[in-house]
Amino acid sequence: MSLIMKPFSDKHKAILFIVLAVSFFSYTVVLYVSPPVDRPLEHATAVLDGKALWQKYNCNACHQLYGLGGYLGPDLTNVYEKGPDYIKGFLVTGTNVMPDFHLNNEEIEHLISYFKYLNTTGSADPRSFKIYYDGRIEQ
Amino acid sequence: MAASNNKNTAFPKLFIVSALLLLCCGLVFGLIGGLQYIIPGFWRNTLSFEKVRPLHVSSMVFWIIIALVGVVLSFLQQHGTRRNYSPFLLRAQLILLCLAVLLIFISYFRGLFGGREYWEFPPYISIFIIASWILFLVNVIASLITIKKQPVYIWMWLTGICFFLFTFLESYLWLIPYFNRHLVNDMTVQWKSYGSMVGSWNMIMYGSSIFLMDKISGSKTYSHSRIAFLLYFLGLFNLMFNWGHHLYTVPTHPYVHYIAYAVSMTELLILGRMILTWRQSLTAAQKFRHNIAYRFLLFGDVWILLTLVLALAMSIPAINVYTHGTYITVGHTMGATIGINTFLILGMAYNLLTDECREPNRKIIIAGLNLANIALFVFWISLIVAGVLKAAWQMNPERLPYAAMLDSVKPWLISFVVAGFVLTTGLLMIVLPLLKSYLSCYFTSHLFSLRSLNAKKQKRELSLE
Repeated sequence: MSLIMKPFSDKHKAILFIVLAVSFFSYTVVLYVSPPVDRPLEHATAVLDGKALWQKYNCNACHQLYGLGGYLGPDLTNVYEKGPDYIKGFLVTGTNVMPDFHLNNEEIEHLISYFKYLNTTGSADPRSFKIYYDGRIEQ
Repeated sequence: MAASNNKNTAFPKLFIVSALLLLCCGLVFGLIGGLQYIIPGFWRNTLSFEKVRPLHVSSMVFWIIIALVGVVLSFLQQHGTRRNYSPFLLRAQLILLCLAVLLIFISYFRGLFGGREYWEFPPYISIFIIASWILFLVNVIASLITIKKQPVYIWMWLTGICFFLFTFLESYLWLIPYFNRHLVNDMTVQWKSYGSMVGSWNMIMYGSSIFLMDKISGSKTYSHSRIAFLLYFLGLFNLMFNWGHHLYTVPTHPYVHYIAYAVSMTELLILGRMILTWRQSLTAAQKFRHNIAYRFLLFGDVWILLTLVLALAMSIPAINVYTHGTYITVGHTMGATIGINTFLILGMAYNLLTDECREPNRKIIIAGLNLANIALFVFWISLIVAGVLKAAWQMNPERLPYAAMLDSVKPWLISFVVAGFVLTTGLLMIVLPLLKSYLSCYFTSHLFSLRSLNAKKQKRELSLE
């Protein structure tokens, strides 16, 4: 029987599994306890309400944040750069593709606050990345 | 046919039957969603895209998950001689899963969302899924006589089931304010859980396909071999650490990006092995070509190769910056969920649903399989070309309007939708005859067992008189 087909012992399998599992859970804990530099939204109720509305109306089905989401509509990470009135225009009446969700003024303001905050977290524009020969990218 | 009377083997197959019905639903919702891409405003006020997309995604995700539960429970009985689990837990598990799917559909149709990718339903429904999954885990563990010297597929099933539970729970951490308040870290944790979750159901699926291949070839050498375990550990390593490739453009910790990049590149070993063993695969293909389930596995292998090449390219950040947020990602997902998941699971479903019943018309099944594969290839290429055009738009120094990009990709989206219709036809040519033949066999044997039970009862009554 060739070496490659010779079975591993249960002990070796268990050791390998435990090493991987411990590494994975350590990595997980590190991520949980050390968020990247974005500041927590402790008192920004309007932003959190905006995030809740984003989820309530399932905006993610059609739009993306940082390129993650549905592709029927555009990425909205930095839509605030176009100004609050631009956003309001879409939210008030919808478009020929996007339904009118009949949002009230307060909901519209909360969504705008959410987009305003998102815009401060970074840029989703792929043109803003430096590309290196080793395959890495950096913003 | 008589064997279908065996309740032990018949009940797990109900998971597969339910999953096949979900696949049909997923295909229909997929077509509606496709039409909404090319006909702006199609059903905008009745069943708009933010409802159709989750209906499609959830149907397809639950097709994969529920079918895999049925496949594992069925194969587990064939693996050991022990009658292996509590029928009560099994029934409870199916009822909980079906109830969850029903509630999910109702909530989507009514426009009630939790609003997170994949699990877009209100969070309370996930309690049914978690409870059902715990019952599944209990059933699987309770069925194993020993954990010593088990083949690789048992390791893969147990790992996949445990990691699915962990990652599913992890995907709900956003309900805790600490996670919800850190927007970027919330996205990081969300995509960490999703990346590993897909890895976990793939782990269950590849384990099941190794079991099926052992069953077809009649040899268990591979599933106990060193190479099988090396590939399992490589898969597990990727499941645990490569999820960061979803986040290359998200401003999270740079080490998340570096780890994902380095770990993803280890998949080159899998690609290398596939290329090195292609001659062996060809011999096996010649040997088992008459076995329909094997044909599904074979097509699945072709899609693994294509998807792996695309995935490896997309795992390089310098390429990902172009492909991210484009239809190339959709093409990759479709290649994986249809080309790999659906074909492999259909192969397992075919093997299980026909082992005690008459096979459906083979010619129709083969024609459906060929048609589905050709259509999927056109579907996949159309998405990739549309993705390249969107990437060119995204990278264009002049900021052209979004509508200009939509106009340029429209012919490719039309070809994607047309191919989607043909793909659906091909898949329905497989699923409907398979369901028809199994259900007629199931009900015939059920009626037969009822009749024989009545006859025995009458006989006993007569003898008592």
